[in-house]
Amino acid sequence: MNAPRTPLLRVENLSIPLPTGLDREFAVENISYDLHAGEILCIVGESGSGKSMTANAIMGLLPDYLNPSGGKILFRGKDLLTMRESDLEQERGRSMAMVFQEPLSALNPLMKVRDQIAEVMEVHGERNAETRDRRVLDLLEYVGLPDPANLRDAYPFRLSGGQRQRVMIAMALALEPALLIADEPTTALDVTTQAQILDLIRRIQKAKGMGVMFVTHDFGVVADIADRVVVMERGIVVEQGLAEDVLNRPKHPYTRRLIAAVPHREAHDAKAAAEGDLILDVRNLRKTYRSGGGFFSRPRVVNAVNDISFTLRRGETLGVVGESGSGKSTLGRCLLKLTEVDGGQVLFRGSDVVPLSAGAFRPLRRHMQMVFQDPFASLNPRQTVGRILTDGPVANGVSYADAEIKARELLALVGLETSAFDRYPQEFSGGQRQRVGIARALALDPELLVADESVSALDVSVQAQVLELLQDLQRKLNIAIIFITHDLRIAAQICDRIAVMYRGEIVESGPPEQVFDAPQHAYTQRLIAAIPGLHWNPRLAVL
Amino acid sequence: MNFFKRYARNYGALIGLAILFVVVVLAFAAPLIFPVSPWQSVGDPLLPPSEDPAFPFGTDMLGRDIAAGLAYGARVSLLIGVISTAVAVVIGVSIGALAGFYGGRVDDLLMRFTEFFQTIPAFAMAVVLVAIFNPTIVSITLAIAVVSWPPVARLVRGEFLSLRSREFVQAAVVIGQSGPRIMFTQILPNAISPIIVTASLMVATAILTESSLSFLGLGDRNMMSWGFMIGAARTMLREAWWMSVFPGVAILLTVLAINLIGEGLNDAMNPHLRGRKG
Repeated sequence: MNAPRTPLLRVENLSIPLPTGLDREFAVENISYDLHAGEILCIVGESGSGKSMTANAIMGLLPDYLNPSGGKILFRGKDLLTMRESDLEQERGRSMAMVFQEPLSALNPLMKVRDQIAEVMEVHGERNAETRDRRVLDLLEYVGLPDPANLRDAYPFRLSGGQRQRVMIAMALALEPALLIADEPTTALDVTTQAQILDLIRRIQKAKGMGVMFVTHDFGVVADIADRVVVMERGIVVEQGLAEDVLNRPKHPYTRRLIAAVPHREAHDAKAAAEGDLILDVRNLRKTYRSGGGFFSRPRVVNAVNDISFTLRRGETLGVVGESGSGKSTLGRCLLKLTEVDGGQVLFRGSDVVPLSAGAFRPLRRHMQMVFQDPFASLNPRQTVGRILTDGPVANGVSYADAEIKARELLALVGLETSAFDRYPQEFSGGQRQRVGIARALALDPELLVADESVSALDVSVQAQVLELLQDLQRKLNIAIIFITHDLRIAAQICDRIAVMYRGEIVESGPPEQVFDAPQHAYTQRLIAAIPGLHWNPRLAVL
Repeated sequence: MNFFKRYARNYGALIGLAILFVVVVLAFAAPLIFPVSPWQSVGDPLLPPSEDPAFPFGTDMLGRDIAAGLAYGARVSLLIGVISTAVAVVIGVSIGALAGFYGGRVDDLLMRFTEFFQTIPAFAMAVVLVAIFNPTIVSITLAIAVVSWPPVARLVRGEFLSLRSREFVQAAVVIGQSGPRIMFTQILPNAISPIIVTASLMVATAILTESSLSFLGLGDRNMMSWGFMIGAARTMLREAWWMSVFPGVAILLTVLAINLIGEGLNDAMNPHLRGRKG
């Protein structure tokens, strides 16, 4: 664009060494990029790529043991790394501001919203309380919060995730900074909220002519807001350029690999639907959570699962899609009787499992298995992988010797070394652990697999591998899968049918083509419109 | 390996371990070093320390060797401390595990039962129990165990409550493991560190409780104990300071050593504190 201008921010050959003994020498090595006023620069990378590191270096938020060893960070021509602390404090907040990933932990829980925003102005020399108050009201209105006059007296815990992030943005804008750094600001948010926040950031950036540095792992988000893109891998900038070029004509093999892994609706080779036997028939399932309520107050009642019915056949994948609080995880837990059910029937192979006692249901459990969300919490840290894999068969009456043979076969099947058998979960990466989790579920030869957000905690390239593994296993073993996810893109990629959940009810269901191309329910339409990077087809980019 | 390195970083814990080692050796070697019963008069009464090289810690009003009393007292103190703690931990872990794992009614019932014990002053209850069942080493050990399990139960319940909702425990439910099996093989190993730390500190408390009981004359009449020695010395406090001071120092050092070890274990086992400088 306007090349001859001095950039707002210029990072020049920046290197930050890591303490010795870690897997690589530098957190970031020799990286350089520019950010001009009035543009959005996206820094993309997977976890551990060092993408947040420069943002933290700019704001002086690096931990003590990390010190830049070389290079410059020039903000309007002045090097931030050699600047005195007192001058830096002036710049921080006034000319540059930051929005964090987790808005709840970034806000002080004991301070009202108005005080938190006013504090920023007070620290930077705005003495007049009335001016501050007026400005707070303006800001809250500007970031699109409802009823700012009342909301400014709320404590952060009263606000939703999206509202908190808006407050964070209002705080960042309080002093009209020239540079806004946003570190994964929408990662913790639902997709519809994410779309609103992205809109807001883009709107503010246009109106104020700020430079925005946007750190993210999601190429969909990049496609939505970036003017220019920097791709990072293991502390090195592997590619940078205009968003248009990087997204549609990626040159570096790493970028190509990442983009190829972005979940996207495939041209589904339409499987002849409904060929297998009926394996699961859920009728009018109901689960209500009650909380609070004493002698005088009425308890809060949430219909987490409200009158849900669906069927599932052998070899079929049903995607259950919804935002947080839609009841999709509760549904999965109800099916496996991990939580009590309040009404309805779950017919598994024709017989209702709901009235069965825990003891009577236990022999049936082996047929219905689950892959959990968090690969770090779902494996017992005190047991070896072998123990984890053999526990299930042994509990179901298989001899240990047979279970061990089976476990070693499974490790090979999910693409792990058989030597993993004697090692502990801590020695594996997130993706490898999720493979162990899948192997554990398969150790019992289940007919039904419930995967609850099983890939959401993984990096996009690992995610793609695990999804492929699941599809592959389904083809080989002909199991039925219920795939619970918040990400419509993933559901569209691997599911035969999709059920959209909203406030405990299935509002729409059908094959992906139908749900995507002709959404009937207003909520589904909103959900689809909010998918980041909807207009961008990553498959075309890497052809 | 790693664990011992972390433990050894804490010098206090190493000193504690050294002191405890000496006490343990003394307790085991007591019959070898002092073949004569500590209740037997062996010299002149009220010999001050180091006046007679045969009695480096002096003798009491009946001419009994204080040094022998200290050595045999170590046996009683350690025995009661360790066994009563073991019993208390078994009771506490069982009740806490059941309450935390099953929750609901079971939890309510067991926790009310625990609170019932917690509302009675522990020492008063120990005195009453020992007084009811004649003071023998068995009744004293049981009395101390009965008054010291509630904190363990509460701790274990808390751990089980939080671990029960972890995904790996749910995974164990899904693969069809039975309740007791999940408690023993999945949850308990993950809750063991705080239990060990608490138990190590309970040993110290148990030794103090036993000493207090003996001081009040509620000790086992056949076993020499540090508390008994201090109790017997109280009438001679001004004439023969050594009769009370040496057993007192023995109690102090042993309890201090065990507390230091407990703290060292806590630092070494609690991953959140790793890297904290002692």
